[in-house]
Amino acid sequence: METQAREAESPDAVEHEPHGFIRRYIFSMDHKVIGIQYLLTAMFVAIVAGGLAMLMRMQLAWPDSKWPLLGKMLPAGFSGGVMKPEFYLSIVTMHGTLMAFFVISFALVSGFGNYLIPLQIGARDMAFPLLNMLSYWVALLGTIIMLASFFVEGGAAAAGWTAYPPLSAIKEAVPGSAMGQTLWLLGMALFIVSFTMGGLNYFVTVVNKRAPGMTMMRMPMTTWTLFVSTIIGILAFPPLTAAAIMLLLDRHAGTSFFLPSGLYFGNKVLPNTGGTPLLWQHLFWFLGHPEVYVLAIPALGVAFDILAPFTRKPPFGHRTTIISLWVISALSMLVWGHHMYVSGMSPYLGEFFSVGTLLITLPSVVIGVNLVATLWGADIRFTVPMLFAVALVALFGLGGLGGIFLGTATSDIYLHDTYFVVGHFHLMIGGVTLFGLFGGIYYWFPKMFGRMMNTTLGKIHFWFTFVPFYLVFLGMHFIGLGGTPRRYYSFAKYAFTERFQGMQVEITYIAFILGAGQLLFLINFFWSIRHGRKVGNNPWGAASLEWTAPSPPPHGNWGAVQPTVYRWPYDYSVPGELEDFTPQTVPATVVPVTK
Amino acid sequence: MADRSVEGATSAHEKWFLPLLIWLLPLVTIALGTRTWLPPLASEHGAGIDRMLRYLLIAVGSLYVIGNAVLGYFVWRFSRQGKVTMRAASNKAERRWSLIPIVVMLVVAEGGVFVLGLPVWGKYYGAPPSDVMTVEVTAEQFAWNVRYAGPDGKFGRTSAQLITWNNPIGLDPKDPNGKDDLVLLNDIHLPVNKPVRIRLRSKDVIHSFYVPNFRVRQDTVPGMTIDIWFVPTQTGEFELACSQLCGFGHYSMKGLVDVVSPDEFEKWLHDQAANN
Repeated sequence: METQAREAESPDAVEHEPHGFIRRYIFSMDHKVIGIQYLLTAMFVAIVAGGLAMLMRMQLAWPDSKWPLLGKMLPAGFSGGVMKPEFYLSIVTMHGTLMAFFVISFALVSGFGNYLIPLQIGARDMAFPLLNMLSYWVALLGTIIMLASFFVEGGAAAAGWTAYPPLSAIKEAVPGSAMGQTLWLLGMALFIVSFTMGGLNYFVTVVNKRAPGMTMMRMPMTTWTLFVSTIIGILAFPPLTAAAIMLLLDRHAGTSFFLPSGLYFGNKVLPNTGGTPLLWQHLFWFLGHPEVYVLAIPALGVAFDILAPFTRKPPFGHRTTIISLWVISALSMLVWGHHMYVSGMSPYLGEFFSVGTLLITLPSVVIGVNLVATLWGADIRFTVPMLFAVALVALFGLGGLGGIFLGTATSDIYLHDTYFVVGHFHLMIGGVTLFGLFGGIYYWFPKMFGRMMNTTLGKIHFWFTFVPFYLVFLGMHFIGLGGTPRRYYSFAKYAFTERFQGMQVEITYIAFILGAGQLLFLINFFWSIRHGRKVGNNPWGAASLEWTAPSPPPHGNWGAVQPTVYRWPYDYSVPGELEDFTPQTVPATVVPVTK
Repeated sequence: MADRSVEGATSAHEKWFLPLLIWLLPLVTIALGTRTWLPPLASEHGAGIDRMLRYLLIAVGSLYVIGNAVLGYFVWRFSRQGKVTMRAASNKAERRWSLIPIVVMLVVAEGGVFVLGLPVWGKYYGAPPSDVMTVEVTAEQFAWNVRYAGPDGKFGRTSAQLITWNNPIGLDPKDPNGKDDLVLLNDIHLPVNKPVRIRLRSKDVIHSFYVPNFRVRQDTVPGMTIDIWFVPTQTGEFELACSQLCGFGHYSMKGLVDVVSPDEFEKWLHDQAANN
């Protein structure tokens, strides 16, 4: 393979290291600090959003129960110790919004993207460090606005993370559609602005800042998947920015983009005329569906990068995986309508979207098979990251196959907006992503801090995460198959939902175990930053480029000389070599290049 | 690299944990899957939807079981080998193992859509038979206004401007067609084995007309009139729920669909008209 020499080392490439705590760790332009800032922010938001999930499960298991202590802590959300329905809807909405955008996207795309892309491609920093810093601070502002919305009149947004108007457009429709929904829209707009700044940065960095010899096909899968998901994000997100502004105008400036004539609220007819609520759904899902791939794809890349060092062999089907990624990303832009089969959209379109959606199973299953086949002939080592990566494959299998039920328009008539959907997307954008995230943090933690996270605690955390996670969302698939609708405050009103109440209680207990298990991770993470066992630059014996940098890498990553790359990142167990891994920086004259 | 062996350490029994779990999970899934989940079927097209669901449960479920069996086996078989026994597959093998899953998924997924899905979809969204009876359902926070056309078979004009407490759907008193319209709340009566068209509208936000036993679900969108049709095949009372988030009362927006014999239905309709 002809390597492409690049003029990456311009005179100002090695800039001066900033002095002072604030420039170094707070308003930092160093991609590594920004990456960790994103990770820590995501962790904080995850604690909040995870707590909301626990409240939801509590309510669903024991509706009408009194919780005097919670009532005192959250006076706006409880009345006489009983959770209010509108508060339940607020926490449903905010759990989804925070987890998808302010936890998974922050940590997986922005956190890993910032931290890993320059290290994996041999750059000293991102292409636009100032833009990068700005991206984080805009994201943080969006986060603060989102979290603050709990404390305004009417509470946080309560129209679901999908925010369908008219419910989200008219303040009489639900209390959360007062100030809370405005802040939600602002927070989302800021998130997208921030993501676009970050995304442009990742894109340009990958295209322009690769080290000499680092061809595209020599990039590790994590960077590949981040690159692809960034492109999807940049293309798919702007329509929602537009939609958010239109909805803000509908709410505050009297326009009628999403509001038809004849709306009747609070004993009067609204003056709006001419809009259509379906327009929002198209714009929202034009973002919303690709967003799923933006989140899930990097987790798959992380899985490949974890499998390689702990199988001590190259991944199966490197090239077919990359082709599949491109096919998935192209198709993901064309299937948003599968969220709208029963929305009132033309049934002809429904069938088009159904056929298109199921086409996505083809490249997805190729990636799944490649992940599994990577284990063939391997020398598997059960490190903590490896456990999470293998579990990720199992979740990807169950979640992906469950998606076929929903992508098929005919069965979706029955399953739409049931707990089957809740179970399904939690496996994909909750599970695959979360396990990629945990696996990735356990894996790259030694690079970030020069210390190892505690292995025993990590393994206990794994078992307390995988088993309950699987059971909770598997159970939700089945109560969904039983017809249980999502976003219900209580299942006591209907015989067809009440019959699963016993299972609701079981799911809640298991979810509490899952939630408690995450404390082990937090303890391990923060304890290990200071007290973890010190390790060298390459504790896993990994071949990709980031492991040749010091741990933690200094400002500029590579010292005086930027590395030159001679091979792909998966040269493990090269026949005849003493070491079972060959770093990308080892010339072909020393160890033969195998790909 | 003395470090590496430490980080990769796996105790002898540990190689069993993960494979066993990966094998156990499908058994849990199958045990759950053999229970009865679907509410009893009570409509004609619903049989097609149930067939689609059963097909997916078996076909896709098999792929899931096979996938877990293989994954578990690989994890167990290749743990702690001490060496890599097959480093890199040939390009041919990689292509083959891309092609096989692609063909399988094409057959299972797209085959299911075209063979089992499309005919049901086409019928459900196709034109109803000519003898169809129309019932209008206007959703609002948090109730279902049900309207029958009455003896003249024609619905009267409505307007949001005319909505009052006593006139929940805004019937126009000047329209003679509306004189005999019958308006009920949360209560639908249908004759068994007769096609019925539900004309769905909404006064305020999006709701969704959901009768699990009929396998019927359709969003009601303000500003739009959406028709669906189906044939109830069982007599009895069936629950009508809202399945699109519509506000704090979403969980309790309950209606009842009473399916009775055609004779009883005619009698009921007659009595209602007399009371009107």
